[in-house]
Amino acid sequence: MAEQTSSESKEDIPEITPFDPTKKKKKKKVVIQDIAEEDRLSEKIDNLTLADGVENAFVGMKKKKKKPVGSDLTNDGSPQTGQGGEEEEDPNNSRQKYPWEGTDRDYLYEELLSRVFHILRENNPELAGDRRRTVIRPPQVLREGTKKTVFVNFMDLCRTMHRQPDHVMTFLLAEMGTSGSLDGQQRLVVKGRFAPKNFEGILRRYINEYVICNGCRSPDTILSKENRLFFLRCEQCGSGRSVAPIKTGFVARVGRRKAGS
Amino acid sequence: MSDLDIQIPSALDPFAEANAEDSGAGSKEYVHIRVQQRNGRKSLTTVQGLKKEFSYNKILKDLKKEFCCNGTVVQDPELGQVIQLQGDQRKNVSSFLTQAGIVKKDHIKIHGF
Ligand SMILES: [Zn+2]
Repeated sequence: MAEQTSSESKEDIPEITPFDPTKKKKKKKVVIQDIAEEDRLSEKIDNLTLADGVENAFVGMKKKKKKPVGSDLTNDGSPQTGQGGEEEEDPNNSRQKYPWEGTDRDYLYEELLSRVFHILRENNPELAGDRRRTVIRPPQVLREGTKKTVFVNFMDLCRTMHRQPDHVMTFLLAEMGTSGSLDGQQRLVVKGRFAPKNFEGILRRYINEYVICNGCRSPDTILSKENRLFFLRCEQCGSGRSVAPIKTGFVARVGRRKAGS
Repeated sequence: MSDLDIQIPSALDPFAEANAEDSGAGSKEYVHIRVQQRNGRKSLTTVQGLKKEFSYNKILKDLKKEFCCNGTVVQDPELGQVIQLQGDQRKNVSSFLTQAGIVKKDHIKIHGF
């Protein structure tokens, strides 16, 4: 099959090869093709079989010509073989999109893989695995009096993590070995003095333990309670795991003792 | 694809999960080392979950001597005996327990900020 396609691509190339002179004309032609093929492509991606992949080789080729720069950007940072570098070196020479073009050799696995991801990124970016990075803003902390600390953007952070404020609060308080509550403005008031980086460290641990998926490290997860056990289910890869319940453990009595004991 | 690796500080082996201690809902016996704030800059370290076979008082004695702090063994109705030390001794306690061979390093959980 590979040979067949490479011969086909050779047939195709003469039609598009002329470099500068007729470029404008060719471009127009390509655009028209694109519209037609874009639809086809997107439905192809859904059930990408080997045959589809081979056929798509040409679609991808023609598409790339239209917007080589855009595809380069999405490819940034991925250590894929040769191809990525080549593209960045000569974006003008867009005909050399694939390293195997014009040769008779077999495709390398990496080349095909990167091509599939190119196509995916262009048509179904959400499937390509590039996740927007969720940024957790640093906790804002105020001192209330001398003995209490107010965690101002607590609710905000709960929302970014998609977790119940109650759950986060229980964890924070258990880890800090203190008590606290939400005030009228939905801020978390904690007994004791704590620096922002203290909160940050604990939140980091919370995220590792109760937010991030162990399989794909995606923060897009759901925490649910089933028969008294907490389970973490990943929205990205569908994997699930149980998470440890939050235990306060031993809390020493501090402060004034009651007369009774 | 590679972006993912950057975003994640510690690449976890997904297959290690099955026998790892920190998965599962509290299946392993951990030694919990916690810190609590007292009044002012003072704080308190608690060590919970040491094996019952150990003589708590002997360990406490060594800890006190090693870190030059006072401490006590508290009897908790649910959690059994708990060692309390003055000051934030979490790092000290954890390295002491591992070096003395009392607890394995991955069985120690340090809590707090
Ligand atoms: Zn996942």
